[in-house]
Amino acid sequence: MTATTAEHHDHHDDHHHAPHGLKRWLFSTNHKDIGTLYLWFSFAMFLIGGLLALVIRAELMYPGMQVVDPEFFNQMTTVHGLVMVFGAIMPAFVGLANWMIPLMIGAPDMALPRMNNWSFWILPFAFTILISSVLMSAFGEGNPSAPNFGWTFYAPLSTTYGPASTDLFILSVHMMGISSIMGAINVVVTVFNLRAPGMTMMKMPLFVWTWLITAFLLVAVMPVLAGAVTMMLTDRHFGTSFFSAAGGGDPVLFQHIFWFFGHPEVYIMILPSFGVVSSIIPVFARKQLFGYASMVYATASIALLSFVVWAHHMFTVGMPLAGTLFFMYMTMLISVPTGVKVFNWMATMWRGSMTFELPMKWAIAFVILFTCGGLSGLMLAITPVDFQYHDTYFVVAHFHYVLVSGAVFSIMAAAYYWLPKWSGVMPNKILGELHFWSSLLSVNLLFFPMHFVGLAGMPRRYADYALQFADYNFWISIGAFWFGVSQLIFLVVAILCAMKKGEKAPANPWDAPEEDLEWTVPSPAPFHTFDTPPVIK
Amino acid sequence: MAEQQPNLDQRIQRSVKKLLIAATLMFGFGFAMVPLYNVICDVTGLNGKTSSTAADASTQVDETRTVEVQFVTQTDAAMPWEFRPETRSVKVHPGEIKLVNFYAKNDAADTVVGQAVPSVSPGLAAGYLKKTQCFCFDQQTLAGGKAVDMPVIFYLDPALPKNITQITLSYTLYNVTERAEKSKDLAATGGNKF
Repeated sequence: MTATTAEHHDHHDDHHHAPHGLKRWLFSTNHKDIGTLYLWFSFAMFLIGGLLALVIRAELMYPGMQVVDPEFFNQMTTVHGLVMVFGAIMPAFVGLANWMIPLMIGAPDMALPRMNNWSFWILPFAFTILISSVLMSAFGEGNPSAPNFGWTFYAPLSTTYGPASTDLFILSVHMMGISSIMGAINVVVTVFNLRAPGMTMMKMPLFVWTWLITAFLLVAVMPVLAGAVTMMLTDRHFGTSFFSAAGGGDPVLFQHIFWFFGHPEVYIMILPSFGVVSSIIPVFARKQLFGYASMVYATASIALLSFVVWAHHMFTVGMPLAGTLFFMYMTMLISVPTGVKVFNWMATMWRGSMTFELPMKWAIAFVILFTCGGLSGLMLAITPVDFQYHDTYFVVAHFHYVLVSGAVFSIMAAAYYWLPKWSGVMPNKILGELHFWSSLLSVNLLFFPMHFVGLAGMPRRYADYALQFADYNFWISIGAFWFGVSQLIFLVVAILCAMKKGEKAPANPWDAPEEDLEWTVPSPAPFHTFDTPPVIK
Repeated sequence: MAEQQPNLDQRIQRSVKKLLIAATLMFGFGFAMVPLYNVICDVTGLNGKTSSTAADASTQVDETRTVEVQFVTQTDAAMPWEFRPETRSVKVHPGEIKLVNFYAKNDAADTVVGQAVPSVSPGLAAGYLKKTQCFCFDQQTLAGGKAVDMPVIFYLDPALPKNITQITLSYTLYNVTERAEKSKDLAATGGNKF
């Protein structure tokens, strides 16, 4: 009896002792370590995806062909999109969720720690497979080629005409999908079962709410994506013809299935941003978030509406008038809950004792620039107008405003906001300011002129363009290189924090209200937190 | 006595189960979109899809109006056939039965199996174009160098909306030789691949 107790005691001690070295990361079941892994991984993907984007911009800097051949250019647009969507933005949000959700709801860890480990460690393999196809193509003789059909991989480009590496792509998308679904299941189960006593649903921070809703979206649509790539695979190799007209299928069906996944996917990449910004703005405006409940309902409405707007990506494909009108009105309807959010953020700042520390700067930039992206989205929703804008740089400008100066800016805001908690040191202020202002100016130089060339008719996904677009494209490319270099400043900031170089952070460096549980634990957050649930007032 | 509350592990297991079922169902839903899409297209005539089975002959002819039906043909890149309608367009009264021949010639040396896929523009007219006989209902086999006239017998449903005065019927011809061989092999082994 005594022996068992002693053994049990040892075992217990082991658990409280943080493991070291490679094994700590490989076998980690700790939500903070896995969160850190996700965040570093996504940042690495952000830099790789950015590098691919710079190849695109280098080619487009001047009219005519200079840097790469069009075939390689197509691979760059494709893999840039895939890496940024599935490798940078989504894992960054999963990393934030891993770190912050347990801390915010007073839970000791995520509900399914081993699955958590698995869902992270799938990702490096998935992206090695995807990116290896680019390397093969870059060092090969033009063939084998990486996926070259755009991140939307429309059939028959990806089925009948897809390069051999399409199968690598299919495998890696399957792996990313499994990882995302597991991550989402983990979030839902954690939020439903591990909230500290007294943490009712309507007391949860908005970041938790938006992630909960995002997780439901992921569970609903990632399997549809898996279905789509499975159909592609059988069309390519097993004689089915889901998307081949010759066998009775229909390529347009692919677009319906893809966008049924694709539109909710867009909100998967922005809802957690809303949560981040809703967490940050009240702290630096020193006011309570205006309209908490309406924020929750608005998020839920956006998520529901996202299932009935998919065909607005396909207006030019051909649709009866009734369908066109339905999808147009539904799309416009989304601006109502989104508007509720933007006005709530403004009302939160209204007459607050605002200060402009780095997280707040990024958050305000997010609100303004995301709204710009939202407005151009509203323009694209108008069917007759969309016929002009479809597949032009106007669309590229629109979705980069919401994804780069939207999602990425909110991730940066989150990083500057929570880095003190993660690392125990304050992010370097001078470098941080430089990073912010440099990114803010360059992102607008990069994406704003795209509106103009798009309206003037420059099509997307081409390696060359008509001469009249030359001046704008030159400045767009300058903006791109400037933005790319700016992100290296953040790499330095993050490394300095990881090396604990800098001003030591107190437990609550931003004077956040004490309801925000993550600031009640010391900085850096100890390996285990909330082993006994906190008391919620 | 009140029912015992499930402990944390049980609650977590239940949530996981529900979510896994949801994910599996959504995977199925992705595939369910295929028949769903086809049914919606069939019912509404969206996408210019005409019915792939023979229609019954019409009874009434509406001689008060005339509709022009144009014919367009194209061959897929991998299809070595010449393929054209013998008349580019015909004028018909709704309800009137018409026969139109399409000429096809296999320019290749080997036997090729073709499948024609029809499409109607404007899409909303697709449901009113009734075919009692069409070469597109079946695969067509042509030995190398051979030519054939392929008939389509059709009429327009008199219920065709009045604003439609011109309809284009387009056929795209695909090379399905490989597919046809595969299914023949399957049939020879009793449909059992293994």
